[in-house]
Amino acid sequence: MTAEFVFLAFILMLSIFLGFELISKVPSTLHTPLMSGSNAISGITVVGALIAAGSESAELSVILGTAAVVFATINVVGGYLVTNRMLAMFKKKEGGKK
Amino acid sequence: MNIGIESVYIVSALMFGLGLKLLSSPATARRGNMLSALGMLLAVVATLFNQEIIDFRFIAGGIVLGSIIGVLAARLIAMTAMPEMVALLNGFGGIASLLVGWAEYNSTMAPTTFTAVTIFLAVMIGGVTFSGSIIAWAKLKEFWIGNFGISKAFVFKGQQVFNSLLVLAILACGALFMMNPGEGYQYFLVIIALAFLLGIMAVMPIGGADMPVVISLLNAYSGMAACAAGFVIHNNILIVAGSLVGASGIILTNIMCKAMNRSLGNVLFSGFGSVVTAAGSGSEQGEVKPVSVSDAYLLLEAASSVVFVPGYGLAVAQAQHAVHELSQLLEANGCEVRFAIHPVAGRMPGHMNVLLAEADVPYDELVEPDDVNPLIETVDVCMVVGANDVVNPSARDDETSSIYGMPIVEVDRARVCIVMKRSMAAGFAGIQNPLFFKDNTRMLFGDAKASLQGLVSEFKHD
Repeated sequence: MTAEFVFLAFILMLSIFLGFELISKVPSTLHTPLMSGSNAISGITVVGALIAAGSESAELSVILGTAAVVFATINVVGGYLVTNRMLAMFKKKEGGKK
Repeated sequence: MNIGIESVYIVSALMFGLGLKLLSSPATARRGNMLSALGMLLAVVATLFNQEIIDFRFIAGGIVLGSIIGVLAARLIAMTAMPEMVALLNGFGGIASLLVGWAEYNSTMAPTTFTAVTIFLAVMIGGVTFSGSIIAWAKLKEFWIGNFGISKAFVFKGQQVFNSLLVLAILACGALFMMNPGEGYQYFLVIIALAFLLGIMAVMPIGGADMPVVISLLNAYSGMAACAAGFVIHNNILIVAGSLVGASGIILTNIMCKAMNRSLGNVLFSGFGSVVTAAGSGSEQGEVKPVSVSDAYLLLEAASSVVFVPGYGLAVAQAQHAVHELSQLLEANGCEVRFAIHPVAGRMPGHMNVLLAEADVPYDELVEPDDVNPLIETVDVCMVVGANDVVNPSARDDETSSIYGMPIVEVDRARVCIVMKRSMAAGFAGIQNPLFFKDNTRMLFGDAKASLQGLVSEFKHD
């Protein structure tokens, strides 16, 4: 148990560090897509939800898991699609326009 | 632990990281988002091979239902309503983590103390994120309950004492639950209820214009909740993805607070903007100089450099297309056009950028206050479209002002400043804006969209 905790805490620490490094480089013009995109990433909870919804456990757990699958899928699908829709609008100035 | 599934998770984590890295430039951002989505798909497919999963009916139903709702929401949402969408998505992430924690507790019933601690964290953070996001969503929607506009800061006497007691109650229930998780179902349910209440109480005192901070913070919470859920089910990919999101939310929260020169504590607890102070408004007053659309046109027609400063009013008036049309006509007239975007303009980080991108304004014309302020004396006309507090010179000059020290776009130093505004009402901070009474300021009263369209037709008639 302790060994596993240390292992998970290690991963936690390194990914927080990585997150700060990566995200501090995102320009302010992309902050809204960053939020919706990271929202979609936080829908990774769907992985846990799938196991709860599909395993042979108590009835309530399956119901809770299925509800979690629905919410997390909205998060993932809605988040990525709306981010894509926004990012498709960002255009550079065409060269010969002036 | 299945080596195959875990290996795929490693690839997914790599793709999430690369996806965020590509988000560092608008040119590569779209590819980054697709890469990230592909990583998510891989993680989901790999999980389906987990041997614990024996029944796929509920999974299929849940995924189909969630996908339909997600696709419809992403397609139908208007760009001006993006803050509401993000608020809701934050909330859904939170509730999903809460449900995963609950399901895990419900199926083991006697978790170890360590797992009980992580279940407590997942459920508490998830619950606060969910109810807090729903309130934030309602505030952005500007719902009314009777005579009370929910978007206003809601404060009452003893609020902070009440909230502190609420936190203590949650911690107490948490302790009782963790000491004996096998027998603690009733405490567990109380924790969920109190976490919902805390989320509501925490967001209620925050006013509409402080929403960028709240949304960023809830974004961080939804990541932390996913992280905690990862500890509950001992899943690496949840921890990695959750902390990436948590870091993103914390960085954005920090940027927003800095842009207002206020601490996070001040935003969360002060009920800023709920009390309108009359002090100081008398001394600053002077004469305002209204300008008509045709006179404003003459000023713009003669200008060789124009800076637009958009604010929340632009979104309210849906004036992004009109402002782009005007900017194109100005450029055709040989004028240099830029858009100075304050970090807290609008209701969420980057709100203005997305609106202008929707109206086809190229992103290299969007600049930050620090880019225009040093040379703002050389700007012929500054057009303030629906912004107020972010251009208030009091923040620079008046040490007694409640917004003193907040970085602003120094439009008052431009040769001429045209402020487009509906009326003389004070901004969100409830303080008078001396900009309106300066010699070089002209007030263009009326609906921003109508005024901009008026200017456009003046240009076209020429």
